[in-house]
Amino acid sequence: MIRDITIGQYYPADSVIHKLDPRVKLFGVVIYVISLFTFRGIWGFLLVTLALAAMIKISKVPFRFMVKGLKAIVIILIITAMFNLFLTPGETLVTIWKIKITKEGLKSAVFMAIRLIYLILGTSTLTLTTTPNQLTDGMEKAFRPLNHIHVPVHEVAMMISIALRFIPILVEETDKIMKAQIARGADFESGNLIKKAKAMVPLLVPLFISAFRRANDLALAMEARCYNGGAGRTKMKPLKYQKADHISYLVILGYLVIVILMRVLL
Amino acid sequence: MSIILDKVNYVYSEKTAYEVHALKDINLKIEDGEFIGIIGHTGSGKSTLIQHLNGLVKATSGGIYYNGRDIYDEDFNMKELRGKVGLVFQYPEHQLFETTIFADVCFGPLNQGLSKKEAELQAFTALRSVGLPEEYWYQSPFELSGGQKRRVAIAGVLAMKPEVLVLDEPTAGLDPQGRDEILDQVAKMHKELGMTIILVSHSMEDVAKYVDRLIVMNHGSVMFDGTPKEVFHHYQELEAVGLAAPQVTYLMHELRKKGIPVDGEATTIEEAKASILKCFQNRENRS
Ligand SMILES: Nc1ncnc2c1ncn2[C@@H]1O[C@H](COP(=O)(O)OP(=O)(O)O)[C@@H](O)[C@H]1O
Ligand SMILES: [Mg+2]
Repeated sequence: MIRDITIGQYYPADSVIHKLDPRVKLFGVVIYVISLFTFRGIWGFLLVTLALAAMIKISKVPFRFMVKGLKAIVIILIITAMFNLFLTPGETLVTIWKIKITKEGLKSAVFMAIRLIYLILGTSTLTLTTTPNQLTDGMEKAFRPLNHIHVPVHEVAMMISIALRFIPILVEETDKIMKAQIARGADFESGNLIKKAKAMVPLLVPLFISAFRRANDLALAMEARCYNGGAGRTKMKPLKYQKADHISYLVILGYLVIVILMRVLL
Repeated sequence: MSIILDKVNYVYSEKTAYEVHALKDINLKIEDGEFIGIIGHTGSGKSTLIQHLNGLVKATSGGIYYNGRDIYDEDFNMKELRGKVGLVFQYPEHQLFETTIFADVCFGPLNQGLSKKEAELQAFTALRSVGLPEEYWYQSPFELSGGQKRRVAIAGVLAMKPEVLVLDEPTAGLDPQGRDEILDQVAKMHKELGMTIILVSHSMEDVAKYVDRLIVMNHGSVMFDGTPKEVFHHYQELEAVGLAAPQVTYLMHELRKKGIPVDGEATTIEEAKASILKCFQNRENRS
């Protein structure tokens, strides 16, 4: 049940995208997201779809696995679509009781839904093909120049990487505690909202205790190994661009040019 | 009264890169009043197996029958089963959450729909039978030592008055004294309450002394199933899969190799001692 959460999960596979430098992938995702929220009309939509499809295909991550991540946002998706559908003024299509559905509303609801779905799919391609460690390494290196204006880049990267590392651990822990309480007759599914909220106490208290215990252990372990921040720290696997990375940069820039041209010309 | 597992298979994360075939064609029959040890190295599927016994995980294929009734039937009462087959998880102290020990132990019986009074009565009996001194009962469970916390957690399951008590590695992380105390307590419950007990462990030494039947798991399959003596007879095969027979078994086999006619099947220190003394006696009588 709870294990269906795939956000931040890594899917091991032998693909070109898996082997790319994380900085390239980060750059690619940023460009993709920009294109996603600026495209207009059917041609832009086709272009973004093509880019996404190509990304998924090359990544060799099964599509079924990607779609699992969408389940988590179904509610947000429906609410956003509703707002767009009912609250956009314009030419009326149908009227149900007092609610008017307009042509513009329908259009923006559909596009908003598509944008959200594509956003999740695109960003999950990044996290599914990049281990949390690679990802934060990439961020740390990409943002290193900010060090000059006293942004604690290393510390932030370390915090993110620890947080990401803890997600699967906490998910597993939740699953375990949930099972243990179900074995004692706890019921997490039935009842009204208040009853359900109350039923969470036997889950949340042990979960928080365990999270603090783990955080404490981790802090001790890091101190015991003389961790004292980023200064002078070297990497076991320093990031270095390969040929595939340079080609990918070119491809991404090419995509950006097409997006801009389409936006300007169409 | 029995639990029957018929060709049970279980696969984690089916059809993904993380697929693990954790149980392979498990056939078992567990009778009333048995004291069973399940043993196997880490990852052999012990925990997965026992979570099937109260329906917490559903077999990918195969059937499970509790007292002759298919637990996967539409109208089977799963909640009732969870009261009948009490499952104590590994590190059960991590599931404590109430403000007092007594309230925490009441959680299970209250979930079963008992009145406050009945629940308290059962909690009382349960805390008694795990041997936690009464002066602790109204303290916070988080102030106890590891071994005491574990007793409270076990009491939390006992308070549901299960017919079958399943304990997943109840001695993990305890010192030798805490370990013996818990295992002795469990053995006592088996004897006095006539409960069916299933004890999961990865230490032969732990279980050999207590159980009547040993089930050895290896890579998701049942490798051996018999009395401890029968199982330890295969000590060389056990060793090949990373398990060891109790130390005395090795000692006795070494002695036999040297031509001393001790009982090679002895599995506990007491049996070994008796057998060795008997050899000395025989020798003295002869000379
Ligand atoms: N929640 C889970 N998700 C995926 N795989 C699991 C999960 N729990 C256990 N496994 C895998 O199933 C196998 C059996 O595990 P388990 O039953 O916990 O063994 P044991 O209790 O004997 O150590 C192991 O290979 C383990 O990695
Ligand atoms: Mg286990």
